[in-house]
Amino acid sequence: MLMAVNEDGLNRREPLVLGIESSCDETGVGIVRGRKLLANVIASSMDEHARYGGVVPEVAARAHLEAMAPTIREAVTTAGIELDDIDAVAVANGPGLAGALMVGVGAAKALALALDKPIFAVNHLVGHVGADVLSPEGQLAYPQVALLVSGGHTSLLLVRDLTSDVELLGETVDDAAGEAFDKVARILGLPYPGGPQIDRAAADGDPKAIRFPRGLSQPKDMDAHRYDFSFSGLKTAVARWVEVRRDAGEPVPLADVAASFREAVVDVLVSKAIAACTDLGVPRLLLGGGVTANARLREVAAERCGAAGIELRVPEFSLCTDNGAMIAALGAELIMAGAAPSPLSFGADSTLPATEICVS
Amino acid sequence: MLLAIDTSAGTSVATLWSASSSAGDSEGGAAAGGGSAEASSTNPMAHAEVIGELIAEVLGASGLDASAVTGVVAGVGPGPFTGLRVGLAAASAFALGRQVALLPVVSHDAIALAALDEASGPLLVVTDARRKELYWSIYSGLNAHGLPERVAGPSLSKPDDLPPEWNGTPVTRWDAAEVSAGLLARIAQRMLDAGLEFEPFEPLYLRSPDVTMPGAVKRVNS
Ligand SMILES: [Zn+2]
Repeated sequence: MLMAVNEDGLNRREPLVLGIESSCDETGVGIVRGRKLLANVIASSMDEHARYGGVVPEVAARAHLEAMAPTIREAVTTAGIELDDIDAVAVANGPGLAGALMVGVGAAKALALALDKPIFAVNHLVGHVGADVLSPEGQLAYPQVALLVSGGHTSLLLVRDLTSDVELLGETVDDAAGEAFDKVARILGLPYPGGPQIDRAAADGDPKAIRFPRGLSQPKDMDAHRYDFSFSGLKTAVARWVEVRRDAGEPVPLADVAASFREAVVDVLVSKAIAACTDLGVPRLLLGGGVTANARLREVAAERCGAAGIELRVPEFSLCTDNGAMIAALGAELIMAGAAPSPLSFGADSTLPATEICVS
Repeated sequence: MLLAIDTSAGTSVATLWSASSSAGDSEGGAAAGGGSAEASSTNPMAHAEVIGELIAEVLGASGLDASAVTGVVAGVGPGPFTGLRVGLAAASAFALGRQVALLPVVSHDAIALAALDEASGPLLVVTDARRKELYWSIYSGLNAHGLPERVAGPSLSKPDDLPPEWNGTPVTRWDAAEVSAGLLARIAQRMLDAGLEFEPFEPLYLRSPDVTMPGAVKRVNS
């Protein structure tokens, strides 16, 4: 095969990239060749966090160190390549849990040096958007609005170009949506992680039974927080409602509470995302992050996007949760777009802004 | 050629070390030197930032490329969580990338190797564990392979609880604020030469993660 090799020796036509992701509780290693997915291996420490009711940063970081080398090894085997074959290493350097990110950063730098390959430090959030280039339908169309929802982040992005122009429209001002699911599950006596539990409990519930508040959705919020989210007030409202019933010795209608809470979260997420598409004249919405596992979120998004003439894209679930393939994919896109590798001096940045796509 | 990495003591160090560069001092001469290139950073907050540059620096300074590395020595601590992990992640990934052996060594052993040149056993090696606690290990001296003989530790204690003696003999206290990657490599080489088994690849945090078990759900109504 004839390779398009750039002056700097880097294969920029269909680069073989290994991506490392360690921003939260998943150790992810993915391998792509250009836009083709070769491996997406994930080791999760979620079970270790269950008894604490949420991700414990130190527990997650310890698990990353244990899982890193075996996960890299498995990805290489799955992809059917030799480590020596790769053209570059990509790693998520933020945002996320600092100690967890540092494990990936340390490993990625040493791996790149051992293989004498360039390294690309890329943004985890933009990586979620980048995952979509691996979808069978192929390339992202621009501009694109992206709603990224997980236990660690809730962000609305405007992507004019994946490798050069990403704008943060809004994000949560308190809890991430996934966190809200975990906290409300606890209030309802359901185990961690809360998302699937609430989803199950809500199955037979009436989403209109209780009108829980929609955070930052009042007219007065529209100036400063049009595209921002807040779930802390909603969580308190659910707690209050449940407590009043329990104090009165009345039974708590679990299915209705779960369905009504879920509806409030989904309503706010989708309403703000659609508003962004409409306001900005962008007829495309991409969903990403672990909360896209929520069936009701996908359903409401599909309904309302359909009604508004907005094309909805949701990558396959294994590419929506935190994973290394999306990091590799973004790395490959950057290489194909001619980006320069990152200098070796970058660190982990727990609050890395979405606008910083790659460390240069 | 061994690449040695240690980030256990608040510093980050890397060295490229070859057995031939230490020829002639194999009987006893334990102090520093012998490494063909060594690089370090004293910034206790920047392990992830510096680790790549340090490895690149020792490779560059020795004029060798990564393929010359035949083994990666990893200082497994004891050390505080975050920094220690960066060095171990780097060491294991480098070994994986080059498909060479990962050689874990207790970081205190390298401190003892330097100290036993000047002090005689029993030696109490002490490093900072933060949070007003100390890591310590006791060494009785060098063994027949020229390796520090660790007889107690590594352990974690309050400053007042350090052991004053070992086997009835008062210990000589030896505080250290850094670990020499060169000496770590020398220990690994002596272990290789003697055909000894290495430590398991396990970070010696000696401390459990800070976790709080969720209590009862708090009331929101008064
Ligand atoms: Zn994520």
